[in-house]
Amino acid sequence: METMNFEYPASTEVPKRACVGVVASGDLEVLLQPSKDSKSRVTIQTSVLGFKDTWKSVMDWFFGQYTDAADIVIHDAGATPGTVVLRLQQAVEESRS
Amino acid sequence: MSETFQEQRSYIEMNARQRARQLLDPGTFHELLGPFDRVESVWLPKQDIVPQSDDGCVVAKGTIDGEPAVVIAMEGKFQGGSIGEVVGMKMAMAFHLARKDNEKGIPTRAVLSLESGGVRLQEANIGELVIAEIYSELVALRKHMPVVVVIAGNTGCFGGMSLAAGLSSYVIMTRQARLSMNGPEVIEQEAGLEEIVASDKPFVWSMCGGAQRYETGAADVLVEDDADEITNAVKELFRKGQPKVQRTDQYELYIKRIAAMDTSKQWMPEDIRKVWKEIAQ
Repeated sequence: METMNFEYPASTEVPKRACVGVVASGDLEVLLQPSKDSKSRVTIQTSVLGFKDTWKSVMDWFFGQYTDAADIVIHDAGATPGTVVLRLQQAVEESRS
Repeated sequence: MSETFQEQRSYIEMNARQRARQLLDPGTFHELLGPFDRVESVWLPKQDIVPQSDDGCVVAKGTIDGEPAVVIAMEGKFQGGSIGEVVGMKMAMAFHLARKDNEKGIPTRAVLSLESGGVRLQEANIGELVIAEIYSELVALRKHMPVVVVIAGNTGCFGGMSLAAGLSSYVIMTRQARLSMNGPEVIEQEAGLEEIVASDKPFVWSMCGGAQRYETGAADVLVEDDADEITNAVKELFRKGQPKVQRTDQYELYIKRIAAMDTSKQWMPEDIRKVWKEIAQ
């Protein structure tokens, strides 16, 4: 298991918290809730070692478009970058519904 | 059957949280110890395994048919629906609190949506202890109010939770679900290929699948994988009230049935149905 953290500047507020996905092979769980300041923080626990650069690319891309100040927790069981992005987008959608 | 094409909503495709929401009356779902409370397994990360924020178990209060109810739904996809410390204590405490409410004069119903491979091997000792707690709380609760078990998905219900299903007042199953003490892989590993070929899925399902379990009395209701049908089946069972006799009080009958089977030959599902029906008391 590998744990990593990322931080991004943010400008808007998370309307409400959201929990999506399951920690099952090839999938992940995303918890998204409002952060206490104008920053977004992501904590990732993943079962697959050695992909920190890939995670960073995915997060850089995601936070290039997402501006809400969110604390995000990811529990990953070997999801592909595509699945990770879909789950993140699903969490954002749920936080706005 | 409806004349128009009506979308059948699959219960199996739902995750644990959606299932709990489905079984409760619309708009009444209120989760206890939810994912944001972050009561996760402390044992899994120590063994380099990624935890899940609800440990694979959703406990929700609400109403069923207008009556107070608690639904406990397991997530079969996380760690094979295994029972670790947190899952088990959530389940046992939910039963405990439901019993306390019943004793206080608040008639609270309990539904357990199972999807379990049994005890979580990474937390084995604590897992077994909490399973014992679950049994004792379940038996204490069922004196006040029937406990309904739903087994729907492909994970099925094995090991410790198969006994929980046996202790419950009513069991609802789909054809896709299986119910057995030992899973086919375990039997094959321990007793060999001459005993069972675990990859022979038609045979496995014909022995421990929902249809066979219904025909031999281990399940009370056989349903399609339809969320509304399952919800209605749960409501119907609570309307029916307590079973005439608890399954576990019929142990003498089951012993008699098992004793009547000559284990030197391979029994086929139809023969088991026939013989078990002949020995009715």
